[in-house]
Amino acid sequence: MSPSKLYLFKVKRYRPNLDDRPFWQSYEISLSSFDRVLDGLIKIQDQLDPTLAFRKSCAHGICGSCAMKINGVNRLACQTLVKDLPTLIEIEPLPKLPIIKDLVVDMSPFFEKYEKILPYLINNEPPPERERIQNPNDQEKILEAITCIQCGCCTTSCPTFWTNDKYLGPSSLLKAYRFIYDNRDNASLERLQKIIDEMGLLHCHLALNCLKACPKGINIPAHIIKLKKFALKKALRRK
Amino acid sequence: MNTQRHRFDTVIIGSGLAGLRASLEAIKGGSVAVLSKLYPTRSHSTAAQGGIGAALGNEEPDDPEWHFYDTVKGSDFLGDQDAIEYMCYSAIPTVIELEHMGVPFSRTPEGKIAQRRFGGHTKYFGAEPVRRACYSADRTGHAVLHCLYEQALKNRVQFFDEFQVLDIVVENGVAQGVIALELKSGDLHLFESKAVVVASGGFGKIFKVTSNAFATTGECLSILFEQGLPLEDLEFFQFHPTGLYKLGILITEGARGEGGVLLNGKGERFMERYAPTLKDLAPRDVVARAILREIMEGRGIDGKDYVHLDLTHLDPKILEKRLPEISSFCKIYLGLDPALSPIPVVPTAHYAMGGIPTDKKGRVLRDVDGSYVPGLYAAGECACVSVHGANRLGCNSLLDTLVFGRETGTDINRNLKDLSLGKIPPHRVDKVIAFLQFLRSNKGKERVATLRDALQGIMMNKVSVFRTREGLFEALEELQVLRDRFQEIELMDKSGIFNQEMLSALELYHMINLAEALVFSALVREESRGAHYREDFPERDDVNWLKHTFVYKTSSGIDYKFKPVVITKFKPTERTF
Ligand SMILES: Cc1cc2nc3c(=O)[nH]c(=O)nc-3n(C[C@H](O)[C@H](O)[C@H](O)COP(=O)(O)OP(=O)(O)OC[C@H]3O[C@@H](n4cnc5c(N)ncnc54)[C@H](O)[C@@H]3O)c2cc1C
Ligand code: FES
Repeated sequence: MSPSKLYLFKVKRYRPNLDDRPFWQSYEISLSSFDRVLDGLIKIQDQLDPTLAFRKSCAHGICGSCAMKINGVNRLACQTLVKDLPTLIEIEPLPKLPIIKDLVVDMSPFFEKYEKILPYLINNEPPPERERIQNPNDQEKILEAITCIQCGCCTTSCPTFWTNDKYLGPSSLLKAYRFIYDNRDNASLERLQKIIDEMGLLHCHLALNCLKACPKGINIPAHIIKLKKFALKKALRRK
Repeated sequence: MNTQRHRFDTVIIGSGLAGLRASLEAIKGGSVAVLSKLYPTRSHSTAAQGGIGAALGNEEPDDPEWHFYDTVKGSDFLGDQDAIEYMCYSAIPTVIELEHMGVPFSRTPEGKIAQRRFGGHTKYFGAEPVRRACYSADRTGHAVLHCLYEQALKNRVQFFDEFQVLDIVVENGVAQGVIALELKSGDLHLFESKAVVVASGGFGKIFKVTSNAFATTGECLSILFEQGLPLEDLEFFQFHPTGLYKLGILITEGARGEGGVLLNGKGERFMERYAPTLKDLAPRDVVARAILREIMEGRGIDGKDYVHLDLTHLDPKILEKRLPEISSFCKIYLGLDPALSPIPVVPTAHYAMGGIPTDKKGRVLRDVDGSYVPGLYAAGECACVSVHGANRLGCNSLLDTLVFGRETGTDINRNLKDLSLGKIPPHRVDKVIAFLQFLRSNKGKERVATLRDALQGIMMNKVSVFRTREGLFEALEELQVLRDRFQEIELMDKSGIFNQEMLSALELYHMINLAEALVFSALVREESRGAHYREDFPERDDVNWLKHTFVYKTSSGIDYKFKPVVITKFKPTERTF
């Protein structure tokens, strides 16, 4: 393994019932160039300060637990190698969600949005005996959208969301897209109407922050633009 | 402490595939609460990469009977054949049903569910590998978990996210409910119910190098064990052949299913020597041991402790379309493009074949005679039906979670009218509170992280792929020392909300328990079968050991009993691949 190097982790902390407001705490740790920011946080928790709280689960970018703001950018701690950052690493919780403790934010407002877009396949026709056919070209349309891990990096990086917490946000719009463009789903228009009515599609001003924020590299704005065009074509407007 | 009380017909612990599939069934019969210490879609199931086994025959002829045979043989004949037969024949409708629910499976050119090869899955009873794994690129678990969660929301299952279960209450031999801590508030919640389903997943975190997520700590198994209920076949813990060197992150067997091969330091395709027919696609126990043998005999890469998984000869399109996730994380974590360079791999602790003994309906057994605990169910990796016996085949775990998750829900619906609403007696609540208080107020010199590292080290060094009586004895003694050291634990975090140090301490306590039960089971079994390999007893011994191990905690220590294996069609034969 590669030689290790000293890093300064500046972590924005908040301890409920103890602190009036968040404060910064610094920790110095030595990490190798293969270590991830998550490894650094674990090392701090294990060796320096067990009171530090943050979420983690899979440790390889598939569960969406460890989203946080690292040196000003929303990203996954388990997918960010320290060697790609300066030796001063500033870590904050995801913006604009209520802080529970340290880097742990309350994700319920985020998930509630997603529940609004009818996030499930709707097809009321009796299913065939075998699978419904979806040819590779049809699947291609949703291939990027289905890789979303709902980490919240995109929505909490969106300026519209910062100023309007009712806004559905890129993540939910992407989820809506995933069903609207699934050839097996029969409720495309209903869902499209829903994301128009619910302060969604029409409120996206294409600030494009989500494009950079997505740790899975999903081109979210391209999906939203496609939805906008579809709504235009169907002449749907807010009811 | 603040406590709140809830009443539901069914309470399910765990929102992985098993818990969610059970919930979709149980909600048809009554109210359902799903408790999970993680947000549902963060559950470990989301990490499953390779696929779900089902003999759909979409890409070439296949037959559930072959799947049945492969699973029995893969299990080294320890799996119960009635359960395996049921699972393999149910696989087809199970996968079709997932597709109807909306799972975006990868497709064949005609738009059918695509299938690929996987270890130990063959046609014509072992003749050659078959395409049986139904997959969604290398994100199958993610695709299925999100879909089941969506269905559960649609069907009004109630979720209690980030609720950590601290006790599963069995009183008078009947399940009463569960006690859980709400992480966000620090409050205790009592859930009283007619049925309790344990779907809490595996416990790979007792080992140092593992493919498992942080939350797979197994406390629910230990909670039942502490109440005198048995655990079955714990000695069988699977090491997956291909974990990323040093990291343990999994490279799916699907990579070999798509044509990847293992190479040693001399550039040899060494699996040809160990398994002439199936080669790199032999079952995992065989491949994991082969890799470690190569390393021990000095044939690791540059004489070091890893071998190579070579995908460089594959069509780059296959990597891009069918293995995008592993390609991406090789690039991120190792700075290596698998299209251009081979991947350094070594076996990683992966899957618990053993667990809470159940029958085919998911009912938790209290004894080897088949008697069960009314109202208590278990499904998924925490359970042992047993369909995996001594060694699980790839793609059979997701199948197991879905088939037996559903069976569990069905049986609950069938019996709801006869089950009465549980009652959690105050002494159980007091005991939970006392333990939390002990953790928060105890003074001593021990830290959670130090003890956890020690535990993981013991298990990795003495209880992993190769075992000996001596090593296992030492492990037992060292675990006893750890148990004593645990009494000296002191936490720095005394707070109530999201106290992760306290939660880790709780998990650690149970991990030590489980580790001890596992080592004990491994000592008892004096033979080598599937994933359990004893260097002092290197042969399989059907005369004495064709039976399941049940371990119990008694007032005088751990005790054991045996349960016969159900053999219907396939008589044990020598296992060659
Ligand atoms: C990297 C990887 C790849 C895999 N690939 C495949 C594959 O391709 N095919 C295959 O068949 N199998 C695969 N497996 C195995 C398979 O993924 C798991 O065995 C399976 O997903 C387990 O599902 P489960 O529902 O039993 O548990 P999990 O998905 O682990 O869920 C457990 C749930 O229990 C909850 N829980 C646990 N303890 C508590 C508690 N005390 N209180 C509250 N909640 C609790 C957790 O929050 C979680 O929701 C893979 C495993 C790994 C690690
Ligand atoms: S821990 Fe799962 S995405 Fe980082």
